[in-house]
Amino acid sequence: MSDLHLGQHISRRFNEELEGVRSRVMHMGGIVEVQLANALKVLVNGEIALAKDVIKSDSIVNSLELEIDTECTRIVALRQPAASDLRLIMAVIKTISDLERMGDEAKRVAIMSRKDMDGALEDDVRADLEYMGELVRGMLRQVLDAFARTDVDTAVLVVKADNKVDKKYKKILKQLIQRMVEDPQSIPAVMNIIWAVRSLERLADRCQNIAEHIIYMVLGTDVRHIKLDDVLAEIKAQLGPEE
Amino acid sequence: MKEQDKSALEASKHNRLSHPTAVTVTDLNLYYGETRALHDINMVIPEKQVTAFIGPSGCGKSTLLRCFNRLNDLIDVCRIEGEILLNGRDIYAANVNVPELRREVGIVFQKPNPFPKSIYENVAYGLRIQGMNKRRELDETVEWALKGAALWDEVKNRLNDSAFGLSGGQQQRLVIARAIAVQPKCILLDEPCSALDPISTLKVEELIAELKSQYTIMMVTHNMQQAARVSDYTAFMYMGELIEFGATNQIFTKPRLKKTEDYVTGRYG
Repeated sequence: MSDLHLGQHISRRFNEELEGVRSRVMHMGGIVEVQLANALKVLVNGEIALAKDVIKSDSIVNSLELEIDTECTRIVALRQPAASDLRLIMAVIKTISDLERMGDEAKRVAIMSRKDMDGALEDDVRADLEYMGELVRGMLRQVLDAFARTDVDTAVLVVKADNKVDKKYKKILKQLIQRMVEDPQSIPAVMNIIWAVRSLERLADRCQNIAEHIIYMVLGTDVRHIKLDDVLAEIKAQLGPEE
Repeated sequence: MKEQDKSALEASKHNRLSHPTAVTVTDLNLYYGETRALHDINMVIPEKQVTAFIGPSGCGKSTLLRCFNRLNDLIDVCRIEGEILLNGRDIYAANVNVPELRREVGIVFQKPNPFPKSIYENVAYGLRIQGMNKRRELDETVEWALKGAALWDEVKNRLNDSAFGLSGGQQQRLVIARAIAVQPKCILLDEPCSALDPISTLKVEELIAELKSQYTIMMVTHNMQQAARVSDYTAFMYMGELIEFGATNQIFTKPRLKKTEDYVTGRYG
């Protein structure tokens, strides 16, 4: 497999710069991971106090995006990276923009969830939400893992997992719409939940985006905007001749 | 089939799809005495495109370039096996007129080497050898060649000054004008910009981009960014072998082989 092999540049400083960028992306991802975990606690368990932490972390995520972006621009200008180095930098630039938006979505989940739910969240919906939240958390954990290890197989798992999240999302929406039909009084509160779930679904989409950036980074194949089966076929074609 | 053969063949297929063939190299081996400097080179060079040869020092890229106009003939201990077809004609066949071949395949070296003559005479020299003697015809061709080499505006008022009065970048463009004056089919450039400053380099690169509409250009360069900027196809050579040959865009974003990847990213081989 055409794995990336960092750490062998003739220029040691270039190595260090690329390693530095990678580890800062991991750091940024770690913060978003905590944000998401806390936002889910606000949504599912009603731990409203945590919402503040989620909102506060957002500015750290934002400034990390700027910092890493600047560093990538500098590397492009001074090092003129090629091949896998170029793909790494391109993937990082796109990944941090996704991570930054994920921070925004997590913030939105927290803000919507701390509003008065007025008992609108019934136990069955809560259970589904919790499950969906765990799925998304799992995706984020996996995708960061895949980034750290430049691992295509794990990235593919993340792409696959997004379908599960979409299904769950539709199911929850159906339940919530039903609730609004039955009890129009609950509409304002249910709308808050819907906004939060929508953000959760967007978070999963962003994880999928990052997974696609990782596949591009490792294989040099752009798998965005194509169907999952075609993604798998493309990856197989890439790996095929060398095995 | 060997890895590099497959690679060259694949690239060749690709070339054939989009461009006619200028040069076909088949099973080329070159020896300096006992030393084998080129190993089984197989490649198809597309017509009216820029093909860059990259690779570490001593990898054989200049040696290969000099095979295309038989400059290696001048080295006594040099021996060649295999075949090079230029527009379908074997350039190593017994009946080939070598000076005529070198008119068809011009070469420009790393250091500009103008003759110790005027700017005008540098360009006219090859034309006179070909028997062009009429003043008007010479004037027209010299002007055409200097314009083609993007030098005319800078020298038109001092055509009779010594060529040595020109800057390095101008001298290099003068040498290119001298090469195109005799209307070659191919131009070989052996590190044409390595002795030039960045601005002159850009001018020569611009010139190369313009020249490719009329000539097949093969260029050896140590500057990988230059290969990336200027060429349409890139051949990576290592220890006398052609490792990978493909579209420049592909070589610099997604090389097929690890050796190429290591070289273009500046890693240990």
